[in-house]
Amino acid sequence: MSHLIVLPIVLPAIIAPFILMVIRHHLDLQRIFSVAGVLALLTISLALTAQASSGDIQVYELGDWPAPFGIVLVLDRLSAMMVLLTSVLALAVVLYAIGSGWDARGRHFHALFQFQLMGVAGAFLTGDAFNLFVFFEVLLIASYGLMIHGGGADRLRAGVQYVVYNLLGSTLFLFALGTIYAVTGTLNMADLADRVAALSADDTALIRVGAVLLLLVFAVKAAVLPLHFWLPGSYANAPAPVAALFGIMTKVGAYSILRMYTLVFGPNEPVSAGLVADWLLPAALLTLAIGMIGTLGARDVARMVAFAAIGSMGTLLVAIALFTPLSAGAAIYYIVHSTLATAMMFLVADMIIERRGGAIASAPRMPQSGLISALFFAGAIAMAGMPPLSGFLGKLMVLQAATGMPQQTLIWAVILVTSLVAIMGFARAGSLIFWKTTSPEPAESNPIAEGEEILAIEAEPTVARLPFVAVFGLLVGLAALTLFAEPAMSYAEATASQLFDPSGYKDAVLGRVAQ
Amino acid sequence: MEALVASAVAVLTACGVYLVLRQRTFPVILGISLLSYAVNVFLFSTGRLAQHVPAILNKYGDATYTDPLPQALVLTAIVISFGMTALVVMIALGAYLSSDKDEIDMTDTPESGDNA
Repeated sequence: MSHLIVLPIVLPAIIAPFILMVIRHHLDLQRIFSVAGVLALLTISLALTAQASSGDIQVYELGDWPAPFGIVLVLDRLSAMMVLLTSVLALAVVLYAIGSGWDARGRHFHALFQFQLMGVAGAFLTGDAFNLFVFFEVLLIASYGLMIHGGGADRLRAGVQYVVYNLLGSTLFLFALGTIYAVTGTLNMADLADRVAALSADDTALIRVGAVLLLLVFAVKAAVLPLHFWLPGSYANAPAPVAALFGIMTKVGAYSILRMYTLVFGPNEPVSAGLVADWLLPAALLTLAIGMIGTLGARDVARMVAFAAIGSMGTLLVAIALFTPLSAGAAIYYIVHSTLATAMMFLVADMIIERRGGAIASAPRMPQSGLISALFFAGAIAMAGMPPLSGFLGKLMVLQAATGMPQQTLIWAVILVTSLVAIMGFARAGSLIFWKTTSPEPAESNPIAEGEEILAIEAEPTVARLPFVAVFGLLVGLAALTLFAEPAMSYAEATASQLFDPSGYKDAVLGRVAQ
Repeated sequence: MEALVASAVAVLTACGVYLVLRQRTFPVILGISLLSYAVNVFLFSTGRLAQHVPAILNKYGDATYTDPLPQALVLTAIVISFGMTALVVMIALGAYLSSDKDEIDMTDTPESGDNA
């Protein structure tokens, strides 16, 4: 039993209190330790992914209690990939936060950041449904702190909405877990899968209620349509690096749907057949449509990116809701793309907001306009799913997975039309922000509109480079995902086939094979 | 006893949902507290209701016992919901003090009109 699996949880759990208690007053030391922690996490998750890519499912029994009685951590291809994605994203976000000075605008950014990483990594690794709830709470409570980092009346009020919405989600999660426990008597996911499969016909009503309640919880997290209201306000008002990091939190919802509804409430179980897919697919299509239409209607950049994030969650959930190995492979590829692209767009939006304010309207030309417009262009291509970046490949795979399905026409139409809408939304924003510039005269809506100040910034040779390094890093990630699409896709397909053959997972967790 | 517990959960949930739908922050926070009490009682009852029995097996394994796991779950849930309630009170207080409003929606701020 290798102890490497527990490290992505233990490492941030050690670094965060250390930052909080020992080096609270030294921002430079905090930055060093935070970056070092993220780099170590990246190394660990690379090693974990290398181990998981062989197809073995590794189980880590916490406290050495055997599976259905103790809590287990499970490392399979999906969880390893998600932890790796988290650490890559975290590196870009922490570099951006340091470079742009966001981490100095309030206290305890780095400590909360590490706690957030701990929660996310735990949610991906755990093999126990109640433990999933606990890690949800860990990542949420850290996210509440990060969400209101830097303060300000609007941010605090958006923070209240965000916290209230998520507390209701947590309550619902407990109701769902209680219902499931009352029927099955277990909360270990593998054991749960066995018990649900063995249920007699009279008990299915209650377990179906539990399954749908659980889906609602994950839909809140993943911002699926009727439950997406919290996202635009929260993400648009959150500090940009935090919004970029929150990109992985919606993916936690998507991951949980993918995990629970292939392993426990699988599409082939009589208990849950047709229960999830029938509801999730229309909701996902609507999410996609509303998100992309929202990019057309948004009046400031951050809100536009938030709506684009909802749209990309819609695409992802369409792929998940088809529940075939092919579509799950497409979904897994698209998760990586969507996380990186959303984070990149939030960071680019922050660069724009820092220089000229967030309103999508003409304003004086900003410093580094050319470079930022190129980054915006690249990010918009990625978000809208245009060639040559990986969003195009991802969408193509989703379309391919929908081929031959009864809803093929609908899915194709929605995805293609919303792509066009997204291109229009981004083109409108981009041309207003970068091309329709006014002469550099002071305007009251603009924080740095003073002509002399702009000249001074442009004359300054030392523009903060680290934010650009972070954004270019994400762009390189997207490009790499495109260039190495073939190995990435074969990993995604192997992951999907592992998901749709849950017997390996169950046997590994419940110790039915010699390890 | 089942009817009593079930109706208690139902009343708590109904009051909680009603309060959560109010416009001001304070009733909403009260509503969340009520909902978390409801869910705690509900979780407690998921291990079946049993009176006057211990939550452990004796060493011969022949004693009747009540399921200890939901009690552990409730303990975790109580701690988490308590902490979360304290946190949301602090954030709501900060929001109120910095903006002089305690409406939960943000429709009156111009840049977030579509957010209600």
